[in-house]
Amino acid sequence: MTMMKAVRCARTLGAALAIAATALASPVHAQEAPDAMVKRVSQDMIATIKSDPLIQAGNEARIREVIEVKLIPHFDFMRMTALAMGKNWRSATPEQQKRLSDEFKTLLVRTYSGALAKYRDEAIDYKPLRMNPADTDVTVRTVVMKSGGQPIPMDYSLTKGADGWKVFDVVISGVSLVTNYRDEFNEQIKSGGVDGLIKTLSDRNKGVAAK
Amino acid sequence: MNAQLRLAVAAAATVLLAGCAATPSKVDPLEPMNRALYQVHDVLDTNIVKPVAEGYVSVVPQFIRTGFANVFNNIDDLFSAVNGLLQGKTEKAGNDLGRVLTNTMLGLGGLIDVATDLGIERGNEDFGQTFAVWGFPAGPYLFIPLFGPTTVRDGTGVLVRIALGPVSYISNVPVRNSIYGVGYIDLRSQALEGGSIVDTAALDRYVFIRNAYLQRRRYLIYDGKPPPEPEEEQ
Repeated sequence: MTMMKAVRCARTLGAALAIAATALASPVHAQEAPDAMVKRVSQDMIATIKSDPLIQAGNEARIREVIEVKLIPHFDFMRMTALAMGKNWRSATPEQQKRLSDEFKTLLVRTYSGALAKYRDEAIDYKPLRMNPADTDVTVRTVVMKSGGQPIPMDYSLTKGADGWKVFDVVISGVSLVTNYRDEFNEQIKSGGVDGLIKTLSDRNKGVAAK
Repeated sequence: MNAQLRLAVAAAATVLLAGCAATPSKVDPLEPMNRALYQVHDVLDTNIVKPVAEGYVSVVPQFIRTGFANVFNNIDDLFSAVNGLLQGKTEKAGNDLGRVLTNTMLGLGGLIDVATDLGIERGNEDFGQTFAVWGFPAGPYLFIPLFGPTTVRDGTGVLVRIALGPVSYISNVPVRNSIYGVGYIDLRSQALEGGSIVDTAALDRYVFIRNAYLQRRRYLIYDGKPPPEPEEEQ
């Protein structure tokens, strides 16, 4: 083998390795650490909110669209709904479970977009994450700093799935979104069964006011 | 911190005496009465308090509102230090004391929250939490019109807090009531955003508010690290 050939060969090999590495890393976020994911997604959301003229004008439809594209893929709504349902989850058919998690998702998106529409200039402080490599459930702690207001702790519970870490609860100032719904869901199921709960959720999502 | 608060707590006592209602749940044995009181509150709040608070926000510039809130918070921080000590949490009490000294001296008597900018965290301790740490049970959940969600233990804590002043020591009644009034409206104005979120999120606002309140108190009692509640999943 001549010198030239060896160099060319090494180059080809190098290029192939580079391509292979890129290919391996291409589901870039699958191997991403949970705290890095929370940071990346929230910073991306903030950048979008700040730069999008429609959102700045308070266009909630646009905000919802951005949430659908940027946030929703990072949430595990089945697990979230199962947690909020508690023991009632098992008594629901797979079809009911699907409808419940869809309606719950819509409700949370509406709530979250309402909150984001009021977003001004809050900064987020990300607390260091302590976790073992084997952990499959972790909590990422952040603090939202409002200028002229008190800092608000916001914690994300994440679970490790086949396609990366997914959020299954958000705890704001100690109030868990999922836990907060447990009694409400229970109450609805007691009076109208699982279908009653589905109907209440879908009515709320159609804009019917809560009692 | 407001004048109606006394009335509200007096009402709470009455409710307690009358509390021989049916027992729907362990945390909220007085639910039927609380729901009725919540309805009263909702009417008063929607028609009077909330519009006034919204007017306050639109008329009074942000920096003045922040200043008011900071002065009230500064006094609360002093009480937080006292309660930190009563619970043996010396480090927290030290932080709170440091906050009060910093904000009073460097922050124009508490108008500017310099301490938060310096990264000194608020202890957020109060008498209700102290009673909890001392082992008193929470007692029934209560919903008091114009005051909001509380429990017998927390309500008692608020009563103690108000009695200790300093506003209650102001002998000029109009001045004292004005301070209570501004403090009340300022507090309500801070909850406006949260209120609109509850309106969207809740299936039943009464239950939503009760759960959020009880979760929040539990979180505060355990200094942000509450032990996991028994999970019902699967």
